[in-house]
Amino acid sequence: MTGLLDRRLIFVTGKGGVGKSTVAAALGLRAARAGRRTIVAELARQDGVRRTFAQPGGTFEEVELAEDLYTISVDPESAMEEYLRVKTGALGQALGSSRLFQAFAMATPGMRELLSVGKVYELAQFTRHTGGADPYDLVIVDSPAAGHGIGILRTPRTFAEIARVGPIAGTAQRIAATVSDPGFTAIVAVCVAEEMPVNETLWLRDQLHADGLELGAVFVNALLPARFSDAEARRLRAAHRRALGAGGDRSGSGAADGDGALGAALSEHARARAQREELARLRAGLGRSVPSVELPFLFAESLAEPELRALADVLEDVR
Amino acid sequence: MSDAGGIGELLGGVRVCVCGGSGGVGKTTTAAAIALGMAADGARVAVVTIDPARRLANALGLDELENEPRQVDRARLSAAGGEVRGELWAMMLDPKRTFDELIERLAPSVERADEIKRNHIYRELSSAVSGSQEFTAIAKLHELAQADEFDLLVLDTPPSRNALDFLEAPGRLTAFLEGSAIRTLLRPTGIGMRVLGRGASPLFGALGRVTGLDLLRDLSTFFALLGDMTEDFSARAADVERLLHAPTTAFLLITAASDAAIEEAIWFRRTLDHAGLQFAGAVVNRVHPERPQAGDALDGLPADLAERVAAALADDRVLARRDRRNLERLADELGGEDGPPIIRVPQLDGEVHDVAGLERIRAFLFASERERARLTAKLAG
Repeated sequence: MTGLLDRRLIFVTGKGGVGKSTVAAALGLRAARAGRRTIVAELARQDGVRRTFAQPGGTFEEVELAEDLYTISVDPESAMEEYLRVKTGALGQALGSSRLFQAFAMATPGMRELLSVGKVYELAQFTRHTGGADPYDLVIVDSPAAGHGIGILRTPRTFAEIARVGPIAGTAQRIAATVSDPGFTAIVAVCVAEEMPVNETLWLRDQLHADGLELGAVFVNALLPARFSDAEARRLRAAHRRALGAGGDRSGSGAADGDGALGAALSEHARARAQREELARLRAGLGRSVPSVELPFLFAESLAEPELRALADVLEDVR
Repeated sequence: MSDAGGIGELLGGVRVCVCGGSGGVGKTTTAAAIALGMAADGARVAVVTIDPARRLANALGLDELENEPRQVDRARLSAAGGEVRGELWAMMLDPKRTFDELIERLAPSVERADEIKRNHIYRELSSAVSGSQEFTAIAKLHELAQADEFDLLVLDTPPSRNALDFLEAPGRLTAFLEGSAIRTLLRPTGIGMRVLGRGASPLFGALGRVTGLDLLRDLSTFFALLGDMTEDFSARAADVERLLHAPTTAFLLITAASDAAIEEAIWFRRTLDHAGLQFAGAVVNRVHPERPQAGDALDGLPADLAERVAAALADDRVLARRDRRNLERLADELGGEDGPPIIRVPQLDGEVHDVAGLERIRAFLFASERERARLTAKLAG
């Protein structure tokens, strides 16, 4: 199998709140460090990657973040404007400026997704359509969260089927073929080790499979450290009970009995244990065919470039 | 400090409570706990959940095949500590079925409804993951509000990353179904014919070249099938707007305390204001409580274990600091002391997937501010 970072296009999928953008950015850093000219494309009006690197810039601009690392925020309106300009010349521009046509195109179900994924496809071409733009070695797509981002993977094929013939059908067919070429495209999932995200990741794997696509890897994000053994936790619980017995008024601010530390340790232990159970369930469900990559929980006041670099270090083993 | 009440006080007089927020912040659980609490206080409440965790769905006796609210067994609730004076009803939204039922209700005949359901533009529309959940969630809410069988409807919203999708996606789909723009293009003879015909304008010619004629023809067929129903969609959309803007409808923002979630929450609030929708308050989940200082309880432990315990506290405090900073930012945005309330639910030790778990969340949500502080301090110690 071709290594993950040897593809030209990686779709990072996953439900909201699991740290998908963070993982997409860290993966981008990892690839850029290996000398691959990489762009992280955010869809659906997100621009978190650019903001994490505290870089100015608007939507639909390719912004340089670090050596060999770029980002772009893709919105369907700009994608349509560009597509019409590049594909259809003056008539297309007339269409693009027609409000009626805009309304028509944007209201057509799936059109927004098709336009966004079309721009991603353009970014991944060896020869860019947009005049003078340099090609990228790798395009990492931070997919929208709705429906696990699977809609955006299906859209090209759906359009190819609905439109059957004509320019949209042709473009959609080419994009669909690219998305389903495992030598070119990888689809990976980000999840956290909780019940719903694990179920959804297994569901995603099955859905992709039914569509003739394969899940390339799962990144399990925000895993708490296994700081204590169960025996140690029992000991801490006993100490906690003693402290509670001696402490008296729990809401008092000056409780100098150390139960804050024990409370933090025991709470973390309980959550870390639950995570390990879900992680085991995920691994069993995925079997051997889909590798999983564990990423640590980051105890940080905010997620900025240093934190992303720390995650990219963990991803050093990903090939 | 005033002792502000909890969610119960906030929702006095409210008939529809929409729980909005980005994905992964515990929206479904919060919506269910709110419904449980209001039912406990004597109301007849229905909660419409979208895609709940399997175990939580089982705990509530939810069946995805029904697509109608069903009463949660009182004995099941009280066995888990959820004493209910009113009634708790719950349902799991089935978007495809809700869409089909809407078509069946609006179509002039069964045959026409079947024909629409077979049309592949419709099939794509009703099962497309983006948009259809949002559209049908609102359609279901509207249907239940019309039936007027409940004191309160609590709506969980689809798990999008962007909280605004929920407000915008239904409008996009409605705009498509109303077809105001499209009908202009697809006049009686049908655009396909006109593009093929000699008199096609350059605009339509270009449209055909960009989209492909078959797609236009299919759209034309679809709208021909919908016929006058497009006007029903417009009328319903206006009804829905009225419902969402009603003084008895309240939007609650559900969020976590992380940077991204708070950022999204602030944006959401501004959009609600902009849309003239009533913002009732925010529930912030998974807040890391401020824990008391380490003291002599660690003295009897082996040095390396005590060290790791201290490290766990230090790490926890980083998150508590982050949460405090983000909550202050949110409070400022919402108007500080005079703004709508912010209800903080602390990070709990496990996931919530049963009635006992909902009951724990309910206790925090419905407590007065002072009582909530006491419960949180107890949890932190």
